[in-house]
Amino acid sequence: MKKENSRRSFLKNISLATFSALALSGCDMKAIDEFLQQNFRTLSKKEIDEIIKNLEAKYKRKYGKEFHVSAKPAIEGTLFGYALDLSRCIGCRRCVYACVKENNQSREPQIHWIQVLQMEKEKGIDFAHSNVQYNPEKVPEKGHFYLPVQCQQCRNPQCVTVCPVKATWQEPDGIVVVDYNWCIGCRYCMAACPYGARHFNWGEPNVPVEEINTEMHYLGNRPRMKGVVEKCTFCIQRTREGKYPSCVEICPVGARKFGNLLDPDSEVRYILENKRVIVLKQELNTQPKFYYFFGI
Amino acid sequence: MTFFVVLFFSCSKKKSESDHNEIHKVYKDTEENKETEKAKEDAIQQPPFSEGIFPCTACHADLLPNPVRRELTEMHDDISAIFDHDSENRWCLDCHDLKNRDSLKLASGKLLDFKESYKLCGQCHGEKLRDWKVGVHGKRTGEWNGKKEYSLCANCHNPHTPKFKELSPEPPPIRQEDIK
Repeated sequence: MKKENSRRSFLKNISLATFSALALSGCDMKAIDEFLQQNFRTLSKKEIDEIIKNLEAKYKRKYGKEFHVSAKPAIEGTLFGYALDLSRCIGCRRCVYACVKENNQSREPQIHWIQVLQMEKEKGIDFAHSNVQYNPEKVPEKGHFYLPVQCQQCRNPQCVTVCPVKATWQEPDGIVVVDYNWCIGCRYCMAACPYGARHFNWGEPNVPVEEINTEMHYLGNRPRMKGVVEKCTFCIQRTREGKYPSCVEICPVGARKFGNLLDPDSEVRYILENKRVIVLKQELNTQPKFYYFFGI
Repeated sequence: MTFFVVLFFSCSKKKSESDHNEIHKVYKDTEENKETEKAKEDAIQQPPFSEGIFPCTACHADLLPNPVRRELTEMHDDISAIFDHDSENRWCLDCHDLKNRDSLKLASGKLLDFKESYKLCGQCHGEKLRDWKVGVHGKRTGEWNGKKEYSLCANCHNPHTPKFKELSPEPPPIRQEDIK
C-alpha cells in the first residue's frame, strides 16, 4: 500500500509552502529567480541573456552607472598561456593594483589576486623563506629577486576536481572560472590549490563606486558576493575581446607576456621554444599554463 | 577486381592529397597577407624627446660643428652630468651625426631617423634587439591577436644612462593580524 504522507511529499509540500510564503511576503521575484538559477554551464542562450539583462539593471540600481556584462564564450582555436620574466621583474607591485582595479576586487576587506614574493638570490626559489610584505623605499633590493604568483591556470586544475558542486571549471580556452552564483563557499578549492591563488570573500566586498570597472564578464570581474571564492581569470573580459590582461599592460619593465599557445607565432610560443622556462611545483603534476623564464 | 579497387583508392587518395596541398598553399598566402597587414597596423611609440629639444637644427643650424671630443659645459650639461653609457669610450658623436643634427648615425656612417633608434642600439645589443623584435624584450600593448604598440628602447631606457631606474613599490598587502 502506498503511504500518503511520505517523506518525499512532505519535502515537496514544505518547499512549495516556503516558496509561496516568500512570494507572498513581497520579496523581489528577481531575487528568487537568482536564488533558483541553475549552474551557468547548463543555461540556454536565452536564459543567459535574460540573466545578464537583469544583472545589468541590478548593478545600475546599485551603483548608478551603465554596465556592460558579457558572457562571450571562448574564441575557437585559443589556449591562453602566460610567461613571466623573472630576470626583469623588479617587484614594484604595479600589477597587483592594476589587477584590483580592473577586476573589481574588494578593497576592504582587501583581496589581491597577485602576490609578489621577494626571494633571496642566494636561496633561489624558496617559498618558505619568501617575503610578501617587503616595503623598502626603492625596488629592486640588492641580492633579491621577485616572483609574482597568481592563478597558474593549470591544465590539470585540482581546484576544479575537488569542487563538490561543479561551480568552477576550465573553459575551452584554458581559463579556470568560477560561477559565483553556484559557489557554496566551502573553500575546498582553496585547500586544493597549491599556489594560494584562490581568495574568499569573508566579508561583503567593497568597491568604491567611482573606481568600479563597468566592462565586465559574467565569469570574471562582475561584483562578487559575500561567501564566494574568486580568482585570476587572465582578465577574461579583456582577453576574449583580443586585449592583453591588465597586468601585462601595466608592467613597467615588460616582464609579463601573454598569448595563444596554439599560435606558433605568438610571443609565449617563442619563449617556450627559445628560453629556459619553469613552472611552479612541477612535481604536483598540475601542469600550469603560467610559465616563468629567464630573459637574460 | 581487387586490383581495380586498389587502383581506384590509390587514385582518389592522390587527388585528395593534391587538393590538400592546394588548399594549404592558398591558406598560407592569405596568412602571409595577413602578416604584412598586421605589421602595417602595428605602431611604435614616438621617441621621447625632452620638451623643445627637437629639431636639433633649430639651434645647431647656426653653430659651427666641433668634432673634438670634450666635456660639454654650456648646453647639454645636464646630459654630460648623467651620461653613463660606456662613457669611457663614447661620446655624443658616436651616435649623433656631426653634420645632420636631426639624425642619428650608425657605426657604418649611415644616417638614421630617431624613430628607428632601435637599429642603433642593436649594433651592440644584438641579442636584445632580436628579443625585442619578437616581443619578448620590452613591452607590447594593444591586442594579443592583432594590433600592437611597441615601445622604442629609448622609451624605457634613457639612452644616455640606460640602466633601468629603481621604482618606489606600491604598498604591501594588509597583514593578517591587521585585519579587523
